[in-house]
Amino acid sequence: MSEQSTGAVQADEPRPALKRKDNRAWWLVLPVVVSVAFTAVIPLMTVVNFSVQDVFSPVDRVFVGLEWFRSISRDPEVRAALVRTLLFSAQVLLLEIPLGVALAVVMPRRGLGVSVALVLVALPLLIPWNVVGTIWQIFARGDIGLGGWTINNVLGVNFNYTLDSTDAWITVLLMDVWHWTPLVALLAYAGLRSIPEPYFQAAQIDAASAWATFRHIQLPRLRGVLTIAVLLRFMDSFMIYTEPFVVTGGGPGNATSFLSILLSKIAVGQFDVGPAAAFSLLYFLLVQILCYVFFTVLTRSGR
Amino acid sequence: MTVILDGISVRRHGETWLDDVNLELAPGMTTVIGPMMAGKTTLMRVAAGLLAPETGRVTVNGKDVTGISVRKRSVAFVYQQFINYPSLTVYENIASPLRLDSRFRRDGVDRRVREVAELMGLAELLGRRPAELSGGQQQRTAIARALARPVDLLLLDEPLANLDFKLREQLRADLKAMFADSGGVVLWSTADPNEALTFAAPTVVLGEGRVRHVGDVADMYAHPPTLAVAATLSDPPLNLLPGVVRDGRIEVLGASLPAPRAHATGHGVVLGVRPHQVTIGRAPDTAGPAALELPAEIRLAEVTGSATFLHLLLQDGHHLVAHLPGTQLFTPGETTLAYVDPAHVFVFDQAGEEKGAEQDGGRLLGTSAAEVDLHG
Repeated sequence: MSEQSTGAVQADEPRPALKRKDNRAWWLVLPVVVSVAFTAVIPLMTVVNFSVQDVFSPVDRVFVGLEWFRSISRDPEVRAALVRTLLFSAQVLLLEIPLGVALAVVMPRRGLGVSVALVLVALPLLIPWNVVGTIWQIFARGDIGLGGWTINNVLGVNFNYTLDSTDAWITVLLMDVWHWTPLVALLAYAGLRSIPEPYFQAAQIDAASAWATFRHIQLPRLRGVLTIAVLLRFMDSFMIYTEPFVVTGGGPGNATSFLSILLSKIAVGQFDVGPAAAFSLLYFLLVQILCYVFFTVLTRSGR
Repeated sequence: MTVILDGISVRRHGETWLDDVNLELAPGMTTVIGPMMAGKTTLMRVAAGLLAPETGRVTVNGKDVTGISVRKRSVAFVYQQFINYPSLTVYENIASPLRLDSRFRRDGVDRRVREVAELMGLAELLGRRPAELSGGQQQRTAIARALARPVDLLLLDEPLANLDFKLREQLRADLKAMFADSGGVVLWSTADPNEALTFAAPTVVLGEGRVRHVGDVADMYAHPPTLAVAATLSDPPLNLLPGVVRDGRIEVLGASLPAPRAHATGHGVVLGVRPHQVTIGRAPDTAGPAALELPAEIRLAEVTGSATFLHLLLQDGHHLVAHLPGTQLFTPGETTLAYVDPAHVFVFDQAGEEKGAEQDGGRLLGTSAAEVDLHG
């Protein structure tokens, strides 16, 4: 009140605080600029640099324009890996999202059970990725692994992920479901917990069935967290590397050789830095575009 | 249609939420008023069957329904928060309780939904989802949902508390008319004395999980049987002053008034004064020389336009708020004299307050054992 009236009276007088330009605040941004430069911009520009050159040796290089981009996008092996990766991501989403939501719905809402359930569900998330790979590599083995042995000797189904490409695919998929469904479950659980109790009471008064309660109260209220879950799980599964690398190494044949595994083979195995750089940039672009599409579709469909 | 709550007690987490509540609810509207944490919501949830009481029975038309699930009962509930199905349109929201009711066939559902929507002013909004409505429209949808199906017991738990003032006034008037022709029992809870007084329905005063009093609200307002009832029904809050009986008169902060009842000298009482009964500088004409005269220091004047709330400091650090008409200007720090007509002072027995509540609590339309006031 008093400040306003003072301001009105002195409106014609110069305001010293606003007149002098003080740009010292920019220094506060500097740490972010430096760290982003070293962690993201400079490495990315190195990749861009490689992607337009044919490098014979550090001193002997030729500018080739977009040739690597052309050859990578036409490479049948890359295309096959892309189809494989898309299929894998689709299966991951189709399995993990419903499973995670189902898990969240049946998790206890009060009492000691809450802590127990949370710890049990979160456990796989705490295991390092290469350890998850090792666990499953051993678990799925037909001779000494509990899972593989059970399938072979108890169920009587011939299962060998090192020889059969379907078995290898199933192993990698199950491993991802085991590792990451808990993330979806925890996100969905948090979403469910935030629904006020009266909603459930209102449904009870209407004598609504459990399914109707889920369909009309819980699911609509999970939209936000599920959008995040879908995006996270899509990005992660589309870029999956460590676990299949440890378990199958991309094999047998090319059965589990996803984009990232193929990329590392080209970059580190064959040391074709030019094509690998172009590959990386296309990969990066594709993830961005697909995430954008997912996000737009998921947020639009709510309106 | 009669709903009877018989000896209901609810204890949770070592706290008593309801303590031996006995109520007989007749068809038509009943108001439940009480401050926060008085047990209003618990009472409603027990009546609906959403919460099982530790002791006591709920009967509807003489039939014991205590253990029966809310799914099988004929109840509707409106919450303070706006509770609708987020994925369904207004139409489907209103229709949802009718879909499971065999009394309504398909065309009957449509007719009833449109009828109720018209009544609640939602006819234009039937195609929208709750997220596309304002708060008032959302709550009207929730009320329409509750009104759509004829029920034995309609419960409204502070339904207007989260709405703005203007909407509240309008909905209050609409709903009062609507409940008049419904055959069931309607229980409406509120923390707002003005709301209870406007409805002028049989009123239950709740406090600390107990029934403080049951009766006609205007009557309770004019002759509050206990301090708790007087405080619950006063907005702005009741002024409380300490008094001591001496030779048939009550001495209060340097003034005195005749004692309404014979008490031994030295007996302590509590005086309740409604803020609008206080005048400043001049005694009220009705009182004349008998008026209570209290020296006061002006602390703060809140001007709302149509009224001025004057905060006064009395002797011994006691506070008094005066509700004065119109905009009046005062200077904080100045001393003045506050006057009260003794006819408008409620005298409560300090010991009797607790005793009164004890005897009153749980007795259906029970007579109060508290001190009478000095009214007229």
